[in-house]
Amino acid sequence: MKKYDAIVVGAGHNGLVTACYLAKSGLDVLVVEKHDYIGGAAVSLELYDGWKYSNCSYVCSLFRPEISRDLELYKYGLQVIPYGGGGVLMENGDHLAALSDHDAARQEIARHSKKDSEAYDRYSANLMRQCKFIKPLLMRTAPDPTSFKPRDLQELLYLGKRFHGLSEPEMYEMARFWTMSVVEFLDEYFESDVMKAWIAGTGIIGTALGPCSPGTAYVLLHHYMGEVDGNIGAWGFARGGMGSITKALADCLKDKGGEIRAGSGVENILVKNGRAVGVALENGDEFYSDTIISGMDVKRTFLKTMETKHLPDDFVRQVKRFKIRGSSGKLNIALDGLPEFPQLPEGSQVTRGDFHFTDSVERMERAYDDWKRGTWSKDPYLDVLIPTQIDPTMAPEGKHYMTVFVQYAPYDLADGEVWDDKNREAFAESTISLISKYSPNFRDLILHKEVRTPLDIEEKAGLTEGNIFQGELTFDQLLFNRPVPGYAQYRSPVKGLYMCGSSTHPGGGVMGAPGANAAREILRDMGAGRQTGRQAA
Amino acid sequence: MSMKDNYDAVIIGGGHNGLVCASYLAKAGRKVLVLEANDQLGGAAPGCAHIINQLNGAVANDLELTKHGLKYTDTNLATIALGEGGEHLKIEGTRVSALNGAALSEEDRVSFNKMMRSLHKFSNLLGPVWGKKPPRLKNQDLEDKITLGKLGLSIRMLGKRDMQDFLRIALMNAADLVEDAVENKLLQGAIAVDSVWGTHLAPRSPGTVLSLFYRLSGAINGRQGALALPAGGMGAVVDALVAAAASNGVDIRTGAAVEQILVENDRACGVQLAGGEIITANLVISNADPKRTFLNLLGARHLDAGFVRRISKTRTNGNTARLTLKLNSLPEFTGLARSDLKNRLLIAPDILYLEEAFNQAKYGEFSNQPAMEIVFPEGAEPTLSALVQYAPYHLKGGWTDEARTAFLEKALDQLDRYAPGIRDHIRESELLTPADIEARYHITGGHWHHVEMQIDQMLMMRPVHGSAQYQTPMPGLYLCGAGAHPGGSVTGAPGMNAAKRILAMEA
Repeated sequence: MKKYDAIVVGAGHNGLVTACYLAKSGLDVLVVEKHDYIGGAAVSLELYDGWKYSNCSYVCSLFRPEISRDLELYKYGLQVIPYGGGGVLMENGDHLAALSDHDAARQEIARHSKKDSEAYDRYSANLMRQCKFIKPLLMRTAPDPTSFKPRDLQELLYLGKRFHGLSEPEMYEMARFWTMSVVEFLDEYFESDVMKAWIAGTGIIGTALGPCSPGTAYVLLHHYMGEVDGNIGAWGFARGGMGSITKALADCLKDKGGEIRAGSGVENILVKNGRAVGVALENGDEFYSDTIISGMDVKRTFLKTMETKHLPDDFVRQVKRFKIRGSSGKLNIALDGLPEFPQLPEGSQVTRGDFHFTDSVERMERAYDDWKRGTWSKDPYLDVLIPTQIDPTMAPEGKHYMTVFVQYAPYDLADGEVWDDKNREAFAESTISLISKYSPNFRDLILHKEVRTPLDIEEKAGLTEGNIFQGELTFDQLLFNRPVPGYAQYRSPVKGLYMCGSSTHPGGGVMGAPGANAAREILRDMGAGRQTGRQAA
Repeated sequence: MSMKDNYDAVIIGGGHNGLVCASYLAKAGRKVLVLEANDQLGGAAPGCAHIINQLNGAVANDLELTKHGLKYTDTNLATIALGEGGEHLKIEGTRVSALNGAALSEEDRVSFNKMMRSLHKFSNLLGPVWGKKPPRLKNQDLEDKITLGKLGLSIRMLGKRDMQDFLRIALMNAADLVEDAVENKLLQGAIAVDSVWGTHLAPRSPGTVLSLFYRLSGAINGRQGALALPAGGMGAVVDALVAAAASNGVDIRTGAAVEQILVENDRACGVQLAGGEIITANLVISNADPKRTFLNLLGARHLDAGFVRRISKTRTNGNTARLTLKLNSLPEFTGLARSDLKNRLLIAPDILYLEEAFNQAKYGEFSNQPAMEIVFPEGAEPTLSALVQYAPYHLKGGWTDEARTAFLEKALDQLDRYAPGIRDHIRESELLTPADIEARYHITGGHWHHVEMQIDQMLMMRPVHGSAQYQTPMPGLYLCGAGAHPGGSVTGAPGMNAAKRILAMEA
């Protein structure tokens, strides 16, 4: 039987990034994927005739430009279209429009609060400073502070030096920013509720925390670090849906001689004498390699796909403890036409970008209280986009596709309830009725909808508990703690078994950084410059 | 009476930190005057606290508080987590046991012990940091370097496993920590509630483990995390501090409310009292909270806009009320003997209960089912003293008499569930809401800790950067209160650290 240089488990974006880098270095790489389509949570699926749904992740920005350049993804058809607009539709009939033109944006904010429009520049500048500091850390391996290895000490020194390059007040501002709640952070700048609510949403997406919980300012930053064409903080659509990213990666991989086998998942990661030796698929096939890389989340990798007897007890305990709570759901909707939002003035750009209906932080926090009680939010925070206004390839002409991200929805429901059809429908209804309050013709335009509860996300996208980040972005699970202290450098306790998914540093989002970092560590272990099997194309 | 140019330092506020600071300065030969607005000394110490658990050991030794009359009736108070129907849990240090057949598994018992041991170990690391000025991140002096170096070394000395654990949990939330360790809901609630007293946080809020570390970092007679009841109540602690101050030659005036900090040639030079009297001194040291100090007493006009903005944005709204019930006789708690009432009792049945109690506070309502910490302090008459949480300073509609009464009833309802008929024992009741604490003790927002104790407002960020090492942007003006490092509770550490800093700076 043929032996590969490396086998990647899961054809999600991170798995593919790792595979591409390894293939680019000349390794003979196989990617195995459970579904008969590739992409993991970055997919464009035709679940309704003529429509392509980005039915998991839905916008593009975080994907590291270094990776696109290294792998020449634009050559393989990846096209990212920036979008503008967005805003908040308010309960009182007013709205807050997000505008890309600086002066217009300030004028719009001043309608709600003059003070806020003045604070806006101060706020943006500060956030940008934080981004600039943290961005270079994304593509680096987090040092282990308990280690005395030269490499870890060197990396710690690098971090220390970077930190010391800041002025003293900047250091304190940064330390505060990393630890405070997004609301507290915004309170330092803004007074109007709608302004705070508009921004605060970014601090809770995919997170089992409320906007008032300490630590959410960091989540805001995590979402802000992306860039489109060098514009930091800008967001865009991948033309053709999010699947275009993974499709470009797959094409790149094949071009470099890599192989993808879709349609049967890994049932078991094979371990012999404490070494990973291969994978056994659900269909009975077995493939062998000394290097196995899992793009799945850590719980799935170590608790479901291999026998825990191969792992130290303490490691297993820590993996079990890893927080990977589902907190969000999603609706994907095919629309017969563009819904009307009568309270917006004609020509408004609000619905061309991501728009929300949560106009106060209190409503957002109350939505979180529902999650804590073990039920979905009755007045959820929605992040709504209609990408077909900008990318017409996703739906037939004149028709539209709407993606609705819904926060919060727990994985486990309280009071003995389970995610059955009745509850799934009720969950969808709380979202649809909220949108209908602002768009009278919305309900009638719905041709088809896909409802995804955290349970559905777990079952269909393979993400444990439906957590979109493969593990929460809280301090105890960042940097050298992600996913498990002592194993934060993409290696696992089993020799030859690596991790490359979002469970590892720097975390979730369609970023590709964990995949790229993992590839670097793997190549390092193989010995720099080693060329095995085929030469790089 | 004029005291012109008589004093080296005048201290605003005769709370415990002001008294400690004064004693240290006087011991070093400075002539010090403490000005207290109220007729009573001690500030909020007797008003808010009822247990001693974090009194800094160096303060107690240096000021010879035992010699000056500080005595404890109990130095190792046990905790009883009240369960429904008399099925309680008793916590003694790191050990837990079941009362009246409460369900407590052997695994939980062992696991609790293990968790508390490591919490004690980690808290112990931070103890030395609280007793020093907070080290700066840049431009450190030798002392800062030593503090940081020692902390780094002691973390390293933990060994790999413990060090990993420490770095992982330090900024985590208490709920996750506790749920990971034990399964018993009542036990979870009991540990979790100790991580949220006096804060605007619930167990699921990140940062609550740090708050637990802070609480456990104290020691009584060398016993880490122990709780003690002072003989004669908290007033006796204040008496000892006053006696220490007097023996060191500190002048103290009560009923002397400072209205303004005086500035001459860009330097604080004294204070003006409410009656117009002016007292000059080389140094002005404020034990008042930072907002009051900078915005009311000094005035924003003396400070730069950025600093004023930072100070005004510090979070200072209190969330804890203090209940005192004068009783005809001690009440009967279901499943408890009379002798059990010498322990600390907790009403915090589980984590969700605390979260729900907090949820209301987030929206400006008081908890319908508050969490409570109850003790029966020794005194001439039977008294119940309780902390009642949550009671937000900014109550919707304000803390009117009706609101206070309504909240009191909620608290009594909770007590009645565990001590049926307790209302019949009550002779007199007093509930101090944060609004009352503000009015009575002149603490902005009525916050126990002056400034909310969360990581972004701790260490060199307490109260704000630019004023973290007891100095302020105004030469001659220093801070010595709970709003300065390390923070609130009856520790005396801010007062001691401030005095040492002042002596070093103004040598």
